[in-house]
Amino acid sequence: MNPIVRNRQIVNGIVLVTATAATLFSLFWLVWILWTTVSQGAAAFAPSLFTKMTPPPGETGGLLNAFFGSAVMILLAVVIGTPIGVMAGTYLAEFSRGSRVAGVIRFINDILLSAPSIVIGLFVYELVVRQVGHFSGYAGGLALAIILLPVVVRTSDEALRLVPNQVREAALALGLPRWKVTTKVVYRAGSTAIITGILLAVARISGETAPLLFTALNNQYWTANLATPMANVPVVIFQYAMSPYDSWHALAWAGALVVTAFVLTLSIVVRLFFRQRTPR
Amino acid sequence: MPAVDIETAAAVAGDRGTGAPTLRRRPVAGASTPPGDRLFGWLTASAAYFVLILLLGIAVSMAYGGRLAFETFGWQFITGRDWDAVARKFGAFIPIYGTLVSSAIAMLIAIPTSLGIAIFLAEVAPRWLRGPIGIAVELLAAIPSIIYGMWGLFVFAPVMAKYVEPWLNDHLGPLPILGPLFTGPPIGIGMLTAGIILGIMTIPFIASVMRDVFQAVPPTLRESAFALGATPWEVVRKVTLPYTSSAVVGATFLGLGRALGETMAVTFVLGNAHDFSKSLLMPGNSIAAAIANEFTEADSDIYLSSLIALGFVLFVVTFIVLALAKLMLVRIGRNAGTKG
Repeated sequence: MNPIVRNRQIVNGIVLVTATAATLFSLFWLVWILWTTVSQGAAAFAPSLFTKMTPPPGETGGLLNAFFGSAVMILLAVVIGTPIGVMAGTYLAEFSRGSRVAGVIRFINDILLSAPSIVIGLFVYELVVRQVGHFSGYAGGLALAIILLPVVVRTSDEALRLVPNQVREAALALGLPRWKVTTKVVYRAGSTAIITGILLAVARISGETAPLLFTALNNQYWTANLATPMANVPVVIFQYAMSPYDSWHALAWAGALVVTAFVLTLSIVVRLFFRQRTPR
Repeated sequence: MPAVDIETAAAVAGDRGTGAPTLRRRPVAGASTPPGDRLFGWLTASAAYFVLILLLGIAVSMAYGGRLAFETFGWQFITGRDWDAVARKFGAFIPIYGTLVSSAIAMLIAIPTSLGIAIFLAEVAPRWLRGPIGIAVELLAAIPSIIYGMWGLFVFAPVMAKYVEPWLNDHLGPLPILGPLFTGPPIGIGMLTAGIILGIMTIPFIASVMRDVFQAVPPTLRESAFALGATPWEVVRKVTLPYTSSAVVGATFLGLGRALGETMAVTFVLGNAHDFSKSLLMPGNSIAAAIANEFTEADSDIYLSSLIALGFVLFVVTFIVLALAKLMLVRIGRNAGTKG
C-alpha cells in the first residue's frame, strides 16, 4: 500500500480508537457512580425510610419529613413557576415574533438557565429570608421556582413555535380572538411538549441542594407549616453525609438512592414518552 | 439528562433562527383589539419581562448585599489572601483561585473527552448505538450534583489517596516546573479530586452540544470530502471542525460556566481550607463551596456581606462566560442558516 495512504489510515485509526476510549471513559464514571449509589443505598434501604422521621445521631429513623418537605416545595415551585413560565413562553412564541426584545429575553433566559444555583439561593435569602427574619419552606419553594422557570420558558417557547401556523390561521378565520386561539387551540396542540418541559424541570429541581441551604434550611421534625424551616431530602443528605456518624451516612445513601432513582426514572420516562409523540 | 436536553435545545435548536413564520394580525381600520386580547397580551408580556427583571434583580441584590464588603475592602476583597472571621478581614483570593483552578482541571478533562464522544457518535458508532450512548452520556448530567459529592467523598477521594496521589507524588513530584503542583500529602481531598469530579460532571453538557452541532453539518459537505477519499478523521478535522468551530468553543464555554458555579460536588471534596497552596493535592476552596459551607455560620454583618459579595463575583464571572458561550453558539446558528 502507498505509505502516505497507510499513514493516513493509521492516524485515522488512532483517532477513532481514542474517541471510542473517551466514550467508554465517560460511561465508566456513570456506571461507577450509579453502582455506588445503588449498592450503598440498597444496603441502607428499609421501609422505615418512608415512615419515620429523621433521627438524632445513633438512633434509627427514616426520612419521612424530608420527603414530605421536598414534595411540598417542589409542588410550590411548580405552582409558582409554571404559569409564569408558560406565559413568558407564549409571549416569545406567539406575540413577539422576530422582535428584538424577544431575542434579548431568550438570551437572558438561557443565561438564567445555566446560572449557578447557589447564587439563586443567595438571591432568595436576600429577598425573602432576610426581610422576614427566618428561614422558611416558602423561601425554598421560591428558590426552586426560579430554577424551574427558565426551563419552562424555554420548552414552552419551543413547543409553541413547533405548532403549525395553519392551525392559528384556521382558528383566526373562524373569528376567534387571539387569546382564545392561543389558549384553546395552540396550547392544546403544544400541550405534550409543554408538559414534558415541566416534568424535565421537576427532575432538575428534585436534586437541587445549593438553593435550599439558606432558604428552607432544614428541620429535624415533621412540619407542614411552610412558614417555618422545612426538612428536604437534598439538604438532609448533605448534612448527614458530612457528619461523622455511620448511621447518618447510611440514611444519606438511602436518600441519595431514592432521589437518583426518581430523577433518572423521570428523565428516561419523559424522554420515551416524548419520543413516541413526536413524529420524526 | 433534563438539564442537558434543555441546554442543548437552548444552545442549538432555538437559535438556529427557525422561528415559525410570522403571524401578525393587523387590525382592520376602525376595528379595535378585543379586551381579552389586550389583557392576555399584557399578561404574557409581563411574564416575559419578568425573566429580565429576575436576572437584573439577582445582580442588584447580590451587589446590594455585598456592598458592605466591597466598601470595606475595596479591591483588597479580590486580591486579599486573608479570610479571617475572627479578625473580620475578608479577602477572596483563595476561593477565586480555587474556582479557577478546579474549573481549569475540569476543562482539561472534559474538553478532549467530549470531543472524543462527539467524534465517536458522528463517525464510529453504528446508527442503532448512537441513541443509547447519547442518552447514557446525558444521564451523567441528570445525576444530582450532591450524589457526585457523596461519591467523591466516600468512594473517589479514598481511591485518589490510596493509588493515584502517591503515584503522582513519586513520578511527577520530582519534575522541575510541574513538580510543586503534585507534591503534598496524599489525603484524597483537594483541588485535583474536585477538578476531576467537576470534569466528569461537565462532560455531558459539552458533549451533547458538540454532538448536536456536528449533526448540523450539511451532509453534502461531509459526503464531498468522503468522495475525495478523506478518512473519517480528516473529515472531522477539515470539514466538521472548521464548520462548527465557533459552536465547539461555545460548548466549552457553556461547560465552563457550569463548572465555575457548581457547588455541592466540590463542597464535599475541596476541604474548605483558606490557606494558599500551590499543590493540587492540598485542600482548597472555591467561591461556591465557601458560600455553602460558611453561610449559615456567618456571625457578623461583614462576614455575611463578604459571602454575598463572593456570590456577586461568581454571578458576574459566570454571566460573562455564559454570554460568550451563547454568542458563539448563535454564530453557528446563523452559519447553518445561510450556508446550509
